[in-house]
Amino acid sequence: MTQAAASHVEGHQQHPLGIYLGVWLLLFVLSTFSYMVDYYHLQGALRWTLILLFMFLKAGFIVAIFMHMAWERLALIYAILLPPLCLTIFIGLMVIEGDYTFLARLTAFGQATQIVAPHH
Amino acid sequence: MNEEALTITGGATGVQTGLGGVVTDFADDRQAFHVPWGKAMMWIFLLSDTFIFSCFLIGYMNVRLTTTVNWPNPSEVFALSIGGQPIPLILIAIMTFVLITSSGTMALAVNYGYRRDKKKTVLLMLATAALGATFVGMQAFEWTKLIMEEGVRPWGNPMGAPQFGSTFFMITGFHGMHVSAGVIYLVVIATRVGTGYYDRHRGGNYEMVEIAGLYWHFVDLVWVFIFAFFYLW
Repeated sequence: MTQAAASHVEGHQQHPLGIYLGVWLLLFVLSTFSYMVDYYHLQGALRWTLILLFMFLKAGFIVAIFMHMAWERLALIYAILLPPLCLTIFIGLMVIEGDYTFLARLTAFGQATQIVAPHH
Repeated sequence: MNEEALTITGGATGVQTGLGGVVTDFADDRQAFHVPWGKAMMWIFLLSDTFIFSCFLIGYMNVRLTTTVNWPNPSEVFALSIGGQPIPLILIAIMTFVLITSSGTMALAVNYGYRRDKKKTVLLMLATAALGATFVGMQAFEWTKLIMEEGVRPWGNPMGAPQFGSTFFMITGFHGMHVSAGVIYLVVIATRVGTGYYDRHRGGNYEMVEIAGLYWHFVDLVWVFIFAFFYLW
C-alpha cells in the first residue's frame, strides 16, 4: 500500500516525516517573523496585519498538519472548526460594547486627557 | 442489520467523501466520526477549551479597550537585560521557541508511534515533556520577575492600567496550568508505551499517543494566540 493510500485508511495518520519537519521549520520562521514585528517597532495597521497574518498561518499549520485535521473526514472538521466561528460575533459585540464603555468613561470621568497625555 | 452496519463502519474505502459524506456521516443511524472514540472526545474537549480561552482573551480585549489609563507596553515590561543591554520580549520569544520545539518532538513521537517504534516514541514524548517543564520553569521565572521587580499585582501595577495584571495572571496562569497538566499526561502515556501496557491491553495500538499529541499541540496553539494578542499587540 502506498503512503497516500495508507493515509486514507480510517483513523490511520501516518505521514512522511518530511511534512512534519517542514512545518516545524516553518513555525520557527513564522515565530521569528512575529518577534521581528516587535523588535523593529512596527506600528499601526502594518503591525496588526502582520501579527494576525503570522498568527493565523501558525495556527493553521498546527491544526492542519500537526493535529492531522487536513486528513480527517469533513464531518469531524466541520464539527470542530465551525462552532468557534460564532466567536466572531462575540468579539464584534464586545468591541462595540468596549467602545461604548470607553466613551462613557471619558464623558463621566474625563480621565484620558490627564493621564494619557503625558505619555505622548 | 447488524451485518450491514459492520460493513459500513468497517470498510473505510467505500465511505462517501466531500459534502455528501458529511450528510451521510451525521444522518446514518451509526457512528458519525470515523476516528477512535478517544480521539473524537479529545477534539470535543479541545473545542470546549477553545471557548474558555476565547472568553479569557475577549475579556482581556474588552478591558483593554475600555480603560482610560495607558496600557503598559509589553515590549518593555517583558524585556530582559542580557549583557547590560535590554532586549525586548526576549524571554517570551525563547518560551515560544521552546514550545514550538516541543510541538515538533510531539509530532515526531506520534509518527513513530504509528511505526510501532517504541523506543523512539517514548524518548520523543519524554523530550516533549522536558521541554514543557522548561516552559513552565521559564514562566515561573517570568512571574517572579514581574511580581518581585516590576511590582505587578492582579489589582494594579506601577506602569499603567491595573487590568494588565489581572488579565496577565489569569490568561498565562491558565495556560501554564494546561502545560503542567500536559507534562504529567505525557509522562503517564510515555510510561505506558515504554512498559508495554498498550502492547498487553490494546493489542499494540498506540492511538493514545496521538490523542495526547492533540492535547499538546492545542497547548501550543493557544500560546500562538496569547503571544499575538497579549505580548505583541
